Amino acid sequence: MRYLPLSPNDRREMLAKVGVDHVDALFADVPKDKLLDKLPDLPMAASEIEVERQLSQMAARNLSAGQAKGFFVGAGAYRHHVPATVDHLIQRSEFLTAYTPYQPEISQGTLQVLFEFQTQICMLTGMDVANASMYDGSTATAEAVLMARRVTRRKKAILSGGLHPQYRAVVENMERFSGGDLVQMTPSIAKAEDLIDQIDDETACVVVQYPDFFGQISDYSALAEAAHAKKALLIIVVTEIVSLGAIKSPGSMGADIVVAEGQSLGCGLDFGGPYVGLFATRQKYIRQMPGRLCGKTVDVDGQQGFVLTLSTREQHIRREKATSNICTNSGLMALAFSIHLTLLGEKGLRQLAMINHANAVQLANQLGKIKGVEVLNDSFFNEFTIRVPGSAHDLVEALAAKQILAGVPVSRLLPKDKLDDLLLIAVTEMNSGDQLTTLAATIEGEIK
Amino acid sequence: MSMNKQGRKTDIKQPTSDRIDAKTYSGNKALQIEEPILFDLGDTQTTGVDFADVAPFENRLNGMERAEEFGLAGLSEPETMRHYVRLSQKNYSIDTGIYPLGSCTMKHNPRLNEKIARLPGFMDIHPLQPQSSVPGAIDLMSELAHWLMELTGMKAIALSPKAGAHGELCGMMAIKAAHEAREAQEEGGATKNVVLVPDSAHGTNPATAALIGYKIRSVPAQEDGTVTAASVKEALDDDVAAIMLTNPNTGGVFEREIVEIAKLIHEAGAYFYCDGANFTAIAGKVKPGELGVDAMHFNLHKTFSTPHGGGGPGSGPVVLSKRLAPFAPLPFLVKDGESTRLVENASDHVSEASPFGRMTAFHGQFGMYTRALTYMMSHGSDGLKQASEDAVLNANYLRASLSDYMSLAFGEDHICMHEVLFDDAFLKDTGVTTLDFAKAMIDEGFHPMTVYFPLIVHGAMLVEPTESESKASLDQFIEVMIALAKRAKQGDAEPFLNAPRFTPRRRLDETGAARKPILRWSSEDEVNM
Repeated sequence: MRYLPLSPNDRREMLAKVGVDHVDALFADVPKDKLLDKLPDLPMAASEIEVERQLSQMAARNLSAGQAKGFFVGAGAYRHHVPATVDHLIQRSEFLTAYTPYQPEISQGTLQVLFEFQTQICMLTGMDVANASMYDGSTATAEAVLMARRVTRRKKAILSGGLHPQYRAVVENMERFSGGDLVQMTPSIAKAEDLIDQIDDETACVVVQYPDFFGQISDYSALAEAAHAKKALLIIVVTEIVSLGAIKSPGSMGADIVVAEGQSLGCGLDFGGPYVGLFATRQKYIRQMPGRLCGKTVDVDGQQGFVLTLSTREQHIRREKATSNICTNSGLMALAFSIHLTLLGEKGLRQLAMINHANAVQLANQLGKIKGVEVLNDSFFNEFTIRVPGSAHDLVEALAAKQILAGVPVSRLLPKDKLDDLLLIAVTEMNSGDQLTTLAATIEGEIK
Repeated sequence: MSMNKQGRKTDIKQPTSDRIDAKTYSGNKALQIEEPILFDLGDTQTTGVDFADVAPFENRLNGMERAEEFGLAGLSEPETMRHYVRLSQKNYSIDTGIYPLGSCTMKHNPRLNEKIARLPGFMDIHPLQPQSSVPGAIDLMSELAHWLMELTGMKAIALSPKAGAHGELCGMMAIKAAHEAREAQEEGGATKNVVLVPDSAHGTNPATAALIGYKIRSVPAQEDGTVTAASVKEALDDDVAAIMLTNPNTGGVFEREIVEIAKLIHEAGAYFYCDGANFTAIAGKVKPGELGVDAMHFNLHKTFSTPHGGGGPGSGPVVLSKRLAPFAPLPFLVKDGESTRLVENASDHVSEASPFGRMTAFHGQFGMYTRALTYMMSHGSDGLKQASEDAVLNANYLRASLSDYMSLAFGEDHICMHEVLFDDAFLKDTGVTTLDFAKAMIDEGFHPMTVYFPLIVHGAMLVEPTESESKASLDQFIEVMIALAKRAKQGDAEPFLNAPRFTPRRRLDETGAARKPILRWSSEDEVNM
């Protein structure tokens, strides 16, 4: 087996050194009848050629975004262009095959990247401090609610109907098992929800999404003030981080915690993961933050260096009293995010965001002209909701049969809310003008 | 004088000065190049990406345009390349050398895994495009599930947890959901609110159980970290919902009484959660399902070689017993005749399923599924068994070779599984601590083992070589460990106390970092320095 360096001779010599005749003597603690006497019923070892052949065939059965004649799927994961430099750099052995930087003297590369990453997240979100990443946006949201409960010592969380339905499901699950109380607003693009009315003296936090699940952009400044008046926290969730290149930062509106999905920068679509959760908050709450933190310090020679810090919050020290059970972050994806953002810089991010928005506006204008199609958004960044005659699900399937991946039927995520005629459409810099025209023409053809 | 074949002198003069004191004008030391923080290098007007201009248009941003500055620094493409390549060179990695971090399983990461994961049909597909357009991806998940269930002899699987601790959380939620379902049926049944955790457990175990409202009851471990059926029996009562046990345990020892323990737990109406972080020792050798385990997570980034990436991403699928299978979270796979589909919503009724909820948006770490399956298919059933045996043999070879020089935590005759645990008794009265010893290993070109964990022995050093190390690599490691141990015992503490000496940075002030945390760059900060 090509990955195993020991030769049969090595094994014999080593067994002799250990003082046993057979390797099974080293498994002597396993109850006798539990040591398998035959191999698991699975295929035997395969050559690189053979494995590549089999898995390539599996991959070929999927319609990839690049193969499609148009790709407009979003709802929390977006297809952006990742510069070739990013994927090359994250495959550097020293980044790819290193562990968590527990020995800082031989991990300064990873640590400096994390320090820079934390700074980038603060700047993007308009917040004071950020951690070294979380699993993804949805789990980061659940962690944010838990943190708000710790900070306020209250149990109630109010979830906007505009929060991504699967994020809501993740928060709901965590809150149910950890003894929190939830108030969930009904998802609706049509009418504004009155979150302020729901805030009371028991409220730990209000959770809103920006732009929201349907694509709408709202100013949450008044909501922040109302929450603060009741000593509750405002959590703003961003599922499309590129949007912050075009619209006001959550920090500037008064958010106390900002969580985001960072997939749009540096990561591919990867059928849902691995992505990277972003988590930022105010200075005064740093000791209540979940996740790893990298801090700047000096070495014995007085030279600047970096270490993991404030680990007294974490499970390996605090055990059942830890702020979170999280051990792993999303280091490699944080690196990819950080490299992509370094390449863009402030100037490039603003340009990228504006191209996304311009393409989305162009498509919304084209679709709005189709008889029977209604663009429902007052505002949007690169994703918006349309109403189609009949089932959005059926329309998407019909277009998929024509190699066009048209978007996400809202009913796929909200099956019980009678929103079967709504379709979410995402547009990025990857969509050419031709793709926009083809989509509009094909939808028009289908609904006739 | 020695010469090479071309007749050039190859002998080396003794240095006249200690190289660590040698200063250079640049601060660089040959291949070690000092690299400033990004924000001191770049500026907001530089970009390494070219975009076409956007024609003027009427925006739909609702008056929310971002006017504020970010301060985000950009670099051109060549500058970006250098910044990160230079930073990478300050890291140790498994591709550099032995990385014997106990309980972390730093094994070789085959590049075929990376190649497969990057096939457009796997990488460039969206979790919410129609399932009908991604049958190959669903088959891949199904195939991975099959391998993991067959290797463990378990009946169901939740693929979606994002890492080991997330998998623990998933498994414990399934257990809690099962208890709730039972309690809803039984009238007046007492709520079970206690989880048993041995002293030797990894910190995530108690943290996970506490997070979902369980009280932690500690079970005393024996000297070798294992738990006896007698001590479990002692701790058991009607309040106990589950036990969380790591097997092999955190000291690298197989739980000898695991079958009896499982039996006791089940008789008490509780469930057996097994932390599968150390599955690498027993894959292909033992099926946890046959031991009585009800739930166990894998760390695909440990056992199945998906890269650790400097701290994630992980991936923590959980296998479940028949009793817990109905409670597996969304999404899950169901067979519809010939084809398989993913059930994403609770309203999509599936007989006998009562999913407890959802752990994450979308379908989990798909990119890690492709890598792990590639690894497993490459090894095959026979190769996985051989890998486990080699991992265990390598650890025992280190144990046998070092037993005369370092102090084995559990005595000289105690076999180990995939990792071997030493304590600091051999350093007694030397003035050298476990940490100093670890730092001296860095100077010798090795990544240290896990130190000060598990907590059950003093000054722990947990060494896990994995099956990826050749005998030559182990022999070199052994030689250096013996030399270091001898040096410490001879009273030559100085090189340990000053170690590491040859790294880009020497020992860092962690206390200062925690006391006055600086967690981001700021321009004022630089002025104050």
